[in-house]
Amino acid sequence: MPTVACHDCDLLHRLGPLPEGVTARCRRCGGLLRKRTRNGFERTLALALAAAILFAVANAFPFLSFEMRGRVTQTNVVTGIVDLWKGGKPEIAALVALTIEVAPVAQLSLLLYVLGLVRIGRVPPGLPTAFRLLRHATSWSMIEVFMLGIIVAIPKLMGMATIVPGLALWSFVLLMLVLSAAMAAFDPEEVWERVEGRR
Amino acid sequence: MSAPAATALGASCASCHDCGLLSRVDGRAHGARCPRCGAALHFRKPRSLERTWAFLIAAMVCYVPANLFPVMTVISLGKAQSDTILSGAIYLLMHGMWPLALIIFVASVFVPLMKIAILAFLLVSVQRRSAWRPAERTRLYRLTEAIGRWSMVDIYVVTILVALVRLGNLATIEAGLGAVFFGAVVVLTIFAAESFDPRLVWDTSQGRQT
Repeated sequence: MPTVACHDCDLLHRLGPLPEGVTARCRRCGGLLRKRTRNGFERTLALALAAAILFAVANAFPFLSFEMRGRVTQTNVVTGIVDLWKGGKPEIAALVALTIEVAPVAQLSLLLYVLGLVRIGRVPPGLPTAFRLLRHATSWSMIEVFMLGIIVAIPKLMGMATIVPGLALWSFVLLMLVLSAAMAAFDPEEVWERVEGRR
Repeated sequence: MSAPAATALGASCASCHDCGLLSRVDGRAHGARCPRCGAALHFRKPRSLERTWAFLIAAMVCYVPANLFPVMTVISLGKAQSDTILSGAIYLLMHGMWPLALIIFVASVFVPLMKIAILAFLLVSVQRRSAWRPAERTRLYRLTEAIGRWSMVDIYVVTILVALVRLGNLATIEAGLGAVFFGAVVVLTIFAAESFDPRLVWDTSQGRQT
């Protein structure tokens, strides 16, 4: 039976093959050892595909329109970042671009690259690098926090003018749910098992 | 006290930071590589305490201007009104939007302060080789890791307001210097949490000599 160490407290555990739908936790500190969801591999791939489409829609359309005395402005995420940059706050623009655009794009493309190739029976070239980048991209991807930002911004603006939610707003809500579900179903250990079984 | 628990370190094994594979490391871990993914192997995160302190102190320094400078300025019909994080939350409270005031207060004031306090407490407790409730301290660490990102809310609110309200003389909103420092606090505390190695909490509570 293979041995694993808890990432949070270093305690050794013997961990056999997990049945689907079972989460293994450290018996000393409760840290996550491994989580297997039902059809985790296929589910992650399907959800990542859906998230990629939602991400495209969320960025192609305005998410809010603002109407004040007959004048209308619209914004999507990219115009928001560009406005901040031009408004003399490139640091904030870069941070928003990283967390709402660059990291989610990297996260979704790396997931699709790795899972897609393994699914059609190939070993993805550069798999360790892809996993390393995916870990960083996931921790900097903050779509769900951005959603909360929208929720706070809308009532603030309603005091000033009329706010019309756009198509992208609903795409963001769905994207947030689908992306979290994809990451919750993702089990990198299963990818390693499939790849090593093939070598 | 019971016998020391069987840890990877005690068995001269290290688990890979990237792929999680446990492998035996002979002698010193320096230069060892993960046989599965090729990442550098370490028994513990290298220079964890020094790095965490450095990021944490930088975050504390940035926290002061983040709260003193305005996060945004609303210019409407020639009049300008600046708000800091706290005055923005108070404004929302005064205008009956207390759920929003609560979100902003928790995300922008409570979470960063709590995160800084918890990390400082963990660092000090490890340095003093405290054996006090290691499981609870590990849970505190996992909490700081999970909640840190939610501090970004205020940055996103400012971004959305700046992007939408740009009607020239009628109404414009500009991001302030406070938002830049606040963004720095969020990023620095994320780095600090990432640098801290929770296994140190368990090493010292088992009386290991380094």
